Amino acid sequence: MSTLEIKDLHVSVDTEDGPKEILKGVTLTINGGETHAIMGPNGSGKSTLAYSIAGHPKYTVTSGSVTLDGEDVLEMSVDERARAGLFLAMQYPVEVPGVSVSNFLRTAKTAIDGEAPKLRTWVKEVNETMQRVQMDTAFAQRNVNEGFSGGEKKRHEIVQLELLNPKVAILDETDSGLDIDALRIVSEGVNRFREQEGKGVLLITHYTRILRYIKPDHVHVFVDGRIAENGGPELADELEANGYERFTTAAV
Amino acid sequence: MTVTQEPAAARAVETTDKVLSHLHPAGSWDVADHPVPGRKDEIWRFTPLKRLKELHADAPFRTSTTTCTWNTPDGVRVEGVDGAEAEALKGISGWVPNSRFAARVLAEVPSVLLVDVPADLEVAEPVMVDLAGTDADNTEAGRVALRFGAHSRAVVVLSHSGSAALAQVVEIAVGDGADVTVVSLQDWADDAVHLSHHQAKVGRDATYKHVAISFGGDLVRMDANVTYDGPGGSAELLGLYFADAGQHLEHRIFADHTAPRTKSNVVYKGALQGEDAHTVWIGNVLIRKVAEGIDTYEENRNLVLTDGCRADSVPNLEIETGEIEGAGHASATARFDDEQLFYLRSRGVSEEEARRLVVHGFFADLIRKIGVPALEERLQTTVESELERHLLELG
Repeated sequence: MSTLEIKDLHVSVDTEDGPKEILKGVTLTINGGETHAIMGPNGSGKSTLAYSIAGHPKYTVTSGSVTLDGEDVLEMSVDERARAGLFLAMQYPVEVPGVSVSNFLRTAKTAIDGEAPKLRTWVKEVNETMQRVQMDTAFAQRNVNEGFSGGEKKRHEIVQLELLNPKVAILDETDSGLDIDALRIVSEGVNRFREQEGKGVLLITHYTRILRYIKPDHVHVFVDGRIAENGGPELADELEANGYERFTTAAV
Repeated sequence: MTVTQEPAAARAVETTDKVLSHLHPAGSWDVADHPVPGRKDEIWRFTPLKRLKELHADAPFRTSTTTCTWNTPDGVRVEGVDGAEAEALKGISGWVPNSRFAARVLAEVPSVLLVDVPADLEVAEPVMVDLAGTDADNTEAGRVALRFGAHSRAVVVLSHSGSAALAQVVEIAVGDGADVTVVSLQDWADDAVHLSHHQAKVGRDATYKHVAISFGGDLVRMDANVTYDGPGGSAELLGLYFADAGQHLEHRIFADHTAPRTKSNVVYKGALQGEDAHTVWIGNVLIRKVAEGIDTYEENRNLVLTDGCRADSVPNLEIETGEIEGAGHASATARFDDEQLFYLRSRGVSEEEARRLVVHGFFADLIRKIGVPALEERLQTTVESELERHLLELG
């Protein structure tokens, strides 16, 4: 059972006009076994939250704290965070020329586990995981994300989620740009992950449609760098019916 | 040098239009026709002449202190030859020297290392020639002749290591329909100086692959040139280099399309790390009037790993005929991609390992293209140790 605890997190980015504050005090606790959806309009800072937790160098944490099971995440390097059990499924997965998916997955698995996976069972596990998200196993020989379609990139993120099996998964707009079949396949992967005991999920999305497939325990409306409202699944239904207008107007 | 070699050279000029360009000066067997180059000369302006130990000028060619060993696969003749035979091997690439050092090497060095592959012979095992230098202050010169008979298939690897100050001319004749690979590996010690000219003549419908790999040496400058002896020939010029602090690695290629329906495909990739690491890539392609229906593409990519490095990259394409299949070039020099590193690290991979993966990935497709399995693993290991070296320096 793990707990990701975010307390009064303030984050800024460097711009030409000096530092600009994007996150203005975010407080959120994700307990093991819980799925939290963060919903908000474009530019509200949702992705910044995801990347700040993962440790992207572009973002500077100016105050607040992030802990995973009491350990200070902000003190950790990017790779230490992943090894501690955090995983970020990215909205725009990066192409890495010349590095095969198979090499990448094995290297990541070895890093996370601290030992190389057993070759025979590992190949089988990779193939099965790819097949579950309807990804041709031939992708294992291709370069990481190179020439992948948007949907293939997202499936590849889910393959990584399942193989690396973190404590807490942050999914940054994993639903964006997916057709309905791909959305279902990707959602099933996330559901398989969270059906395991004690896994936390932070699902960041602009749209409500993914919530038809992944039922959140908590929904947070994110506006202008903070959480504007907390609620249960019914909050998503309200957003589906009325949009973000009530919250954006309130924020102005 | 006697004048008896001139007809071979004259033929090359007669069958094609003469195109005069500062990028490829007219040749001459007479050393006196080649003034000592200076920084003002376009084709020498990137080269730190002071570090050449006068090899470009008039350094005496002393008795060699470089040991040369090789294997001889069945049917292949590999040996040092001199006298009339060595004399007759001058110009087998259809070339007339166009630099002072090359003219001097051909005029003054009486012997030549010959690799002779008879027509129709298919050699499975690579011919490995190891040149191991022992003295960086001993200015010396060497000649190599690689002759591949018609329809032969072979791989020749020239491997340079140790310390030397070497001026070298490698002439290559690829017979009609042959399929050959020539690799030159510069794995020198830090103090070596290597000035080298590789000149190949590709026969009708022949396939020629030339691979230049430079890791070591204080200064390496190599010309890798190719001309075509008939229509349908294909040349692939590949290069891989990794420059550390203070190193100057310069690769100049010249694909001279002297015949119709010929192909050239050039891919050079380099990585640089450390203060004053300097690489130069000059990609000259000339499509002569006679060379209708040719196809050429050249590409140079450099990955800059640290501050303080300099990568010069200059593609030159001269086209004398409009009747071509394709002609293109690309050149890019970039730093480490932070997003790639972040992506890999966000999967638990350490920064060191992530950098290693990205550099391996950068070179991977090129190493695969070399197509010499015996070399691939060695190259991966060398790239690895080059990176280790830098990480040690960082630490």
